[in-house]
Amino acid sequence: MDLSFGPEYEAYRAEVREFTAEWSAHAPLSHERAAEFRDRATERGYLYRGIPKRYGGSEREFDAFREAIVAEEFDASGLPWRLGAQGVGMIVPTLLEIGEEWQREKFIPGTLRGDYVWCQGYSEPGAGSDLASLRSSARLEGDEWVINGHKIWTSDAQDSNYMFGMFRTEPDAPKHAGISYLLLEVDQPGLEIRPLRQIDGAVHFNEVFFDDVRTPADWIVGKRGQGWQVARVNLKYERNLGGGSMMRRHFNGLLELARRSEIDGRPAIQDPVTRRRLAELEGYVRCVETTYMRQLSATANGEEQKVSLPILMNKLYGTDTREKIARLGYDLVGSDGLRAPAEEDLKIQSNTETVTGWVDQYLFSLAGPIAAGSSNIQRNIIGERGLGLPRDLRSPS
Amino acid sequence: MHFGLTEEQELLQQTIREFAASELPAPKLRALFDEGSGHDPGLWAKSAEIGLAGLTVPESYGGAGLELLDLALAFEVLGESALPGPYLGHALAALAIAEGGSEDQKQRWLPRLASGEAIGTVALAERNNVWECADWRVEFRDGALAGEKEFVPYAQLADLTLVGTVGGGLAVLERDAEGSRVDAVDGVDRTRALGRLELTGARAEALPAPPGTAERVLDAGRVLLAADSFGGAWKLIETTAEYTRTREQFGTPIAQFQSVKHMLADAATEIEPARGLFWYAAYAWERLPEESPRAAATAKAHLTDRAADVSRTCVELHGGIGFTWECDVQFWVKRAMFNRTFLGAPSAQLERVADLGGW
Repeated sequence: MDLSFGPEYEAYRAEVREFTAEWSAHAPLSHERAAEFRDRATERGYLYRGIPKRYGGSEREFDAFREAIVAEEFDASGLPWRLGAQGVGMIVPTLLEIGEEWQREKFIPGTLRGDYVWCQGYSEPGAGSDLASLRSSARLEGDEWVINGHKIWTSDAQDSNYMFGMFRTEPDAPKHAGISYLLLEVDQPGLEIRPLRQIDGAVHFNEVFFDDVRTPADWIVGKRGQGWQVARVNLKYERNLGGGSMMRRHFNGLLELARRSEIDGRPAIQDPVTRRRLAELEGYVRCVETTYMRQLSATANGEEQKVSLPILMNKLYGTDTREKIARLGYDLVGSDGLRAPAEEDLKIQSNTETVTGWVDQYLFSLAGPIAAGSSNIQRNIIGERGLGLPRDLRSPS
Repeated sequence: MHFGLTEEQELLQQTIREFAASELPAPKLRALFDEGSGHDPGLWAKSAEIGLAGLTVPESYGGAGLELLDLALAFEVLGESALPGPYLGHALAALAIAEGGSEDQKQRWLPRLASGEAIGTVALAERNNVWECADWRVEFRDGALAGEKEFVPYAQLADLTLVGTVGGGLAVLERDAEGSRVDAVDGVDRTRALGRLELTGARAEALPAPPGTAERVLDAGRVLLAADSFGGAWKLIETTAEYTRTREQFGTPIAQFQSVKHMLADAATEIEPARGLFWYAAYAWERLPEESPRAAATAKAHLTDRAADVSRTCVELHGGIGFTWECDVQFWVKRAMFNRTFLGAPSAQLERVADLGGW
């Protein structure tokens, strides 16, 4: 065991930090400047290491530590380096893994530059955890797919150029085998976006209605009827989106709140009950951090099989820890917990600066156990794949 | 950067696992548990032969010269196997002498401890939940000890006992010294015996220990208890998963029911991500001394508490049989109780986490 990165990586970190300092001096960056910042970062090999140059990546040798250092430093700088999770995080790796060559050339460079924004068409009102029961359909008419149906929980739909999604193309096949993975343009007749106001009053999600929406026959990823397998590749990337230092930042926000809140005329951080709850949470946050370190180390050293079990637990553990932080924060704001979240809280997710930001976190953290694979589905996965328990009553996939 | 185990460390765990499987089959563990002394001289001797008695003792004194992480990994397997014996007190006594003994003291005691020929222990606790060295009241004056120590592991068996004294000192008391009296305590965990030590002028020899030595011994102990808890909790999760795969009710293995599956998944998710806590705390004890006390307190508070929770869940999942004396689950329930309480309960550790964090 050796927790030092060594002089080579420390030098790399210093170089990255110098780069972020230069750009931070001009923050906040305009849309164009932000794109330029990402271009410069890509030229230096900080971004898109695993993506070939011909698609706009920096095509560097695999190095999990360099990737981690860049993520840590860029996150700490607050610079706009993370583009929409659906694009860079999901469709790009999926196309790289199983897309056609022309699809990669057409879609990846614009996505990496931030010119193309993507949304995801998976969930439907009748297909949540049982996603494969989805009913939105596409039928081939000449050289076009004609799409009808209804998707829900579509983030960024209004800002998107493209959608990737799952549609039923083989109505007579068994449910998992009847789905195809299609790409389509968002801005077209027959496609209607309706914002969905969520429990905290914010609008991050949408419903999308399809009424004879069209997309070219070859805008399909994988073969007809293989959409479920493609989505599994894709979801693998969705589960990898979490970072290591994020939880510590949330927790630090909570500590700051405890320092400025008062209980019985004293700072809450001096209150024994609060101290105990914070210290208990410190344990959970340390677990998140050290588990991340284990996974990073295993990935870098080609020993990923050694961390297959904690990887199954990332989503559930992260969700639960976030919720604990939000709930303690809500307790610390005291009577101000009677207030509704303010407009500004809804714009900045996880605003730790205002009391009503914590009211919003209390509400927003309700999404964690539901979104992107519910906690109960995670428990099934952990029980079955992790502990070898028998599958329960579900149709075979 | 490598935050994982080396092949040697994995081999070390494998060796102890195989040792426990061959030398401590379930009926033997059961017999030892029922007999209640927490000790089997043959088992101790054999474990010493594979090096368990001297893992961290420097090679020049006959030990394996390993680090606290290696010892913690060994303790993970001890927890898994619920191996009865004086390992904890022994390991801490050896660490105390190695860290704080004079050259002469090291030469006199460490080789005998490393070989397992002599058994060591530590007398730390005092009445009213005292564990921290700042609160120790046993007096050491003119070479003699006076006062009382509680919950001393294997007090009746130990050849030498490191006694914590006023001001955080450590003094070595040899077995059957005049002016010392040992009473057995009927402990809840029958895999680890406890005794009470009454000192009325017993002759002892102080370690010239540099300031902070006693704190480091306590920190090391907390790391080892966290590791033991991790091993025990994971073992319980695995055996309980196996039980639910075979136990049938309503015509099907109960593991098929989501209520059961989800309880196990939650239990596993409380424990597995905490593995890094004891790894990190053990690493910090050797390499990042300024972080060590807080890391040890965090690991101790979190892991021993979570393991206790999980042990209760596993009893529940066993149903009625889980509540009986004949069910082996109780070994780990009680080991978890010991780990949770010994060297200071989670509540006390959490207060230290807050203090040491500058909160």
